[in-house]
Amino acid sequence: MMNSLHIDASKCTGCLQCEMACSYENHGIFATSKSRIKVFEFHSTGRKVPYTCTQCAEAWCMHACPVGAIHEDKATGAKVVNETTCVGCKVCTIACPFGTINYVADTGKVQKCDLCGGNPACAEACPTGAITFVDASWTGLDRMRSWAEKLDTTVKTA
Amino acid sequence: MSWQRKILRVDLTAGTVTPEPLNMEWAMAYLGSRGLGTKYFVEEVGPGVDPLSPANKLIFATGPLTGTMASTGGRYTVITKGALTGAIACSNSGGYWGAELKMAGWDMIIFEGRSPKPVYLLVRDGEVSLEDGADIWGTTVWHTEEHLKTKHQDPLMRVSSIGRSAEQGCLYSAVVNDLHRAAGRSGVGTVMASKNLKAIAVRGTKGVGDIRDPKAFFAATKAGKKVLADNAVTGQGLPTYGTQVLMNVINEIGALPTRNHKDVQFEGARDISAEAMREKRPTDGKANLVTNQACFGCTIACGRISQLDNGHYTVENRPQYWGASGGLEYEAAWALGAANGVNDLEALTFANFICNEDGFDPISFGATVGAVMELYEMGVLTKEQIGIEAPFGSARALTFLAEKTATGEGFGKEMGLGSKRLCEKYGHPELSMSVKGQEFPAYDSRGIQGMGLTYATSNRGACHLRSYTVASEVLGIPIKTDPLATDGKAGLVKAFQDATAVFDSAGICLFTSFAWSLVDVAPQLQAACEGDWSLENLNVVGERIWNMERMFNNAAGFTAKDDTLPKRLTTEPAKTGPAKGLVNGLAKMLPEYYAERGWTADGIPTPETRARLGL
Repeated sequence: MMNSLHIDASKCTGCLQCEMACSYENHGIFATSKSRIKVFEFHSTGRKVPYTCTQCAEAWCMHACPVGAIHEDKATGAKVVNETTCVGCKVCTIACPFGTINYVADTGKVQKCDLCGGNPACAEACPTGAITFVDASWTGLDRMRSWAEKLDTTVKTA
Repeated sequence: MSWQRKILRVDLTAGTVTPEPLNMEWAMAYLGSRGLGTKYFVEEVGPGVDPLSPANKLIFATGPLTGTMASTGGRYTVITKGALTGAIACSNSGGYWGAELKMAGWDMIIFEGRSPKPVYLLVRDGEVSLEDGADIWGTTVWHTEEHLKTKHQDPLMRVSSIGRSAEQGCLYSAVVNDLHRAAGRSGVGTVMASKNLKAIAVRGTKGVGDIRDPKAFFAATKAGKKVLADNAVTGQGLPTYGTQVLMNVINEIGALPTRNHKDVQFEGARDISAEAMREKRPTDGKANLVTNQACFGCTIACGRISQLDNGHYTVENRPQYWGASGGLEYEAAWALGAANGVNDLEALTFANFICNEDGFDPISFGATVGAVMELYEMGVLTKEQIGIEAPFGSARALTFLAEKTATGEGFGKEMGLGSKRLCEKYGHPELSMSVKGQEFPAYDSRGIQGMGLTYATSNRGACHLRSYTVASEVLGIPIKTDPLATDGKAGLVKAFQDATAVFDSAGICLFTSFAWSLVDVAPQLQAACEGDWSLENLNVVGERIWNMERMFNNAAGFTAKDDTLPKRLTTEPAKTGPAKGLVNGLAKMLPEYYAERGWTADGIPTPETRARLGL
């Protein structure tokens, strides 16, 4: 069974534990600037929204890469960058409609979320359940449940 | 090691920026942030220095856990000689700025001298420069942040700055970062303004690494987070209600200072409480509270984000105040509300926005409004002088004075003196509810006796964040003590003071201490840092920091006579509630406290105490 990251922005407090977990997992350092997941704060509404790659089934980045540096990890469904092959041309960053693959000036390569090989550090670190790693075919389950709960199924008597 | 081992020295007079290695010998003895920054300060600055002279210095310091995954590891401290108090000042802030500075590769910035013209410091990792601040001088904190992010085309930049109140000399001006988090007390922002330093804009991409034992660190921080999540205060009370959870509690036990401490219970407490913030307003059907918010790395998330009623008189036709922003915390809600007898939640929220927008401390401001209202009711101050009728309970007077204090116009200049100087000026020094020139926060020491000793002996003037014995006396953390008794409070205050110094110096938030003791902090520090951070040593480090601050104040001219309370609290009994008939028993507690501390009867650390602590 395949899992995917599931984000419920209404639970996000903006603590950035996810960004630190991501940077430590991938760079061995606490550096929000190196994180592949970003939390956006919309000050005038008070909203905080974590955002990262959704691992498109037909991934623009993967199809756009001229050197075949991006491949699908069959076990997780993640689209993964092979740093050895990547030439840093940035075509993938132009192709991605969501902005979730980015060039890293320090390494001369691009980086994107790879689901940490099937155990995403961001979801593990999130203290509020805003980021979870759930059954990829049932990411709507929580929302369905909350609507289901509102249905009035009591028997009406005259 | 989780220090970056590098500090920045900025000579504002000469316009130079020089990197230096961090003094690791001092780090081993004083940890970081509050303790280590204060060590640098007392070594480099004479105790007699005029706070607003170029000879005073201003230090921004992070701790070893700042910028790590330790819960709440995002704090920084601003250390200087306080403009309001003339004592050692040390104001702590959350938000994201402190972690950004650490991730840029710096433990600390020391500002010295005075720039000949307004400037701001731009830090982009190792590239650091002083930039012309003419465009932002004379503007608000909110404008400054937006301007700098736009100018440098960097939305990820974090900004710490002062507002117009500091430029106008308001003595309780704050340093504000991330729009609504503040190093709020003692006038640290006023000192920054005196140096012609408007802002520090930081972008850090290097990160914080070199954790001594990563495996142990993740285990210890994870265990710490579980303790916070499982605790009723840090896991439920604070995220749901914020610190405002206290408003009704403190009112019920008769320790909510009301109308400049004339009363200890406020009939309008419910109207300005956490519960009221969550209720839908009849006017627009929306609640004042929009959401809670965390600071960097915080798994508690007690921060309040609020939105005003667009039809309220304060913001009618002023859409710049219609968006959500930093809402009322307990201390601000008390100072802007109960301290003045004002129960209009929207007016309090607006005044709080103004405090954030133009960078001044809502506690000292609100308490000064309380004193002004008492002077007005006595006929000492008139409507003509103040610019508005100002009886207790007037929301319009509160918001009028907030806007005047922000800009320093009219009576705002007088407001900026703080209650001590203002009450002295108008012939009633006894009406200033302050210690060492700094106004009380939100706990009446007749109803919570230990807080009287806390205020009287606090190294930065009246303050609840130096030993929060409310935790023990009201909430039963770590053990319940009787709030109406003085017995045992000397030892309690000492223990809280020393432990608090460690929390502040580690780079974490004091609010963790509702759930954590140093037993929970020690393994996190020990895993992150080289050195001995055992419980035993941390206790000594905390006591060393407290005594260091005390010795600076003694050398600056403070004596046992300054460890005192306004006579209202020691001679006028509480009129209602559980503490009815009681005054604060400071006279009994203070000598016990000096003995506990190993100080002379004059409040001076003895040679034996100094030797024991390596001072």
